[in-house]
Amino acid sequence: MENLLRLGDDALILGHRLSEWCGHAPTLEVDLALANIGLDLLGQAQFFLGLAGDADALAYRRDAFEFKNCLLVEQPNGDFARTIARQFFFSAWQEILFRHLAAGDDKNIAAIAAKAGKEVTYHARFAAEWLVRLGDGTEESRRRMTDGMDWCWRFVDELFADDNASLRPEWDARVDAVLAEAGLPRPAKVRGITGGRDGKHTEHLGHILADMQFLQRAYPDAVW
Amino acid sequence: MSNALPLWEVFVRTKNGLSHRHVGSVHAAGPRMAVEAARDVYTRRMEGVSLWVVPSDAITASDPGEAESLFEPAADKVYRHPTFYVVPDNIKHI
Repeated sequence: MENLLRLGDDALILGHRLSEWCGHAPTLEVDLALANIGLDLLGQAQFFLGLAGDADALAYRRDAFEFKNCLLVEQPNGDFARTIARQFFFSAWQEILFRHLAAGDDKNIAAIAAKAGKEVTYHARFAAEWLVRLGDGTEESRRRMTDGMDWCWRFVDELFADDNASLRPEWDARVDAVLAEAGLPRPAKVRGITGGRDGKHTEHLGHILADMQFLQRAYPDAVW
Repeated sequence: MSNALPLWEVFVRTKNGLSHRHVGSVHAAGPRMAVEAARDVYTRRMEGVSLWVVPSDAITASDPGEAESLFEPAADKVYRHPTFYVVPDNIKHI
């Protein structure tokens, strides 16, 4: 149950964050790409939360401390480069995680992970492509990409807490390869901030929920 | 930003056996990014099984000013249409 909430909440919150780009992305192509990724994540959230219970109730009627998503996904979008940094760190991790889950014992989770794995492979590739493009682009794009990664870096350790520690070497190798291609140094080591998995969130989650849950809170059981 | 990125023409094959058809264009920095942008913009609703992207400046187009000499001569050559045959009733798909 706890694990389902973590998986579902990660996808739900990052999906919501990406939806904030809709109509604001730098180009039409990127606007659609981010919206597509957000919708993929929303689909994942529906599956995982549906296994945990009533997906709608879990999404719309829990308070911030009951959410078990990692802190990385609730961080504000910032500029496009920071959004790309967040996406790459998360999707590269999710890709490895889902490959393990797809081969795991829990048949339901394995089925979702196998289906979503294809989507996530694309998310990671899309983000990596832009990370290289911005890192290896102009002076400004390089600076923004570096700043974006620095912002996100302190939330990375949480991804590998508890049972997920074994995923780290493969993730590190992937990140190093992409950073090398982008000509960017690895962000300086920082003390990782954790707490999301236990419901201890940054101030940003409350603001997301205020947006996301308003309608169901104001008009319970409203239907389209 | 769009102005800085080259334009690519997008062709989608809707299913195996059919040919790729032009559907529109995207801005992208390189061929790979163009394929990904085309995937996001033009195949969101299962429109395709394969994509081509071609740099727009690689296309040589006919000159609209020459349209008269290029296309009008065909207008009075009705005999080039296979409309002078009687097709038997049981022949379908023509």
